[in-house]
Amino acid sequence: MPAIKFQYKEDSMKLIKTNSLIFGKDEKQMPLNKLHPNTWVDAYADYLFNYAVGRVSDAEIARDLVQETFFAGLKSAKNYKGDATERTWLIAILKRKVIDYYRKSNSKKGRAEVRMNYNANSDSEGDWLEEQVADPFSSFENDVIENEELGLAIHDCISKLPKKQSLVFKMKTIQGMSTEDICNELDINPSNLWVMIHRARTALVGCLNQNWFEL
Amino acid sequence: MTSCEKAAIICNKAQYNEASFIDKLKLKFHLITCKTCSKFTKKNAQLTSICDKAKLYSLSEAEKAAMKTKLNKEI
Repeated sequence: MPAIKFQYKEDSMKLIKTNSLIFGKDEKQMPLNKLHPNTWVDAYADYLFNYAVGRVSDAEIARDLVQETFFAGLKSAKNYKGDATERTWLIAILKRKVIDYYRKSNSKKGRAEVRMNYNANSDSEGDWLEEQVADPFSSFENDVIENEELGLAIHDCISKLPKKQSLVFKMKTIQGMSTEDICNELDINPSNLWVMIHRARTALVGCLNQNWFEL
Repeated sequence: MTSCEKAAIICNKAQYNEASFIDKLKLKFHLITCKTCSKFTKKNAQLTSICDKAKLYSLSEAEKAAMKTKLNKEI
């Protein structure tokens, strides 16, 4: 009896071993993310740009930072392990670029120190501490952060639209172009444009419903 | 009577302030009778307001094309 028992145990051990082997294999076969630099500009430029504008509040600089991010991404493509998505990886690079930008602009002119001008507004009574305390009821800071996240969420959804719809929607909503201009540029007629806008907007509402909040 | 499709188009135009007065009137009348469209109109208006709130930025196609050519040189 004991001998049989032993064998049984061994068998089950074998089973476990083969199981773990299979699982190990499965994990390796999981599709790792790969880089496709050719599609970067179309897929992520707006998303990264929005993020950058939020940090440096200057469209020109933000655009340069995005461009630099793409270059840096290309250069260090061999370090990409594939465990993060392309976008996460690019955002991480952009973050470093933004930090570098501030570092450079500070050191260049020796503006690293923070200067506070106390007598900026003349109606201050002179109680320094009291006047520097943050307003506990201010919702300004949170609003800024939330709006930035909202912007990224919207861009995320826009990037899931078909190419032409997203193009029309961006031109109309973000760049505020007139219907006539868009029709001329894309060579479509107005009713065509409104149908595309309609589809884009419906899709966006659905997408934001899923990913952001109840709309 | 205005059809739902037409109402939707007017509603979209209204989001960009491009609907005429008569169009808006037609839409209003349609919304009284059509529940689906009034729901859509509400959501559409919300979408407009959050798009305004988020202060979206995007690059123009020309800027993107310039980026692409620069990037392609490096590839």
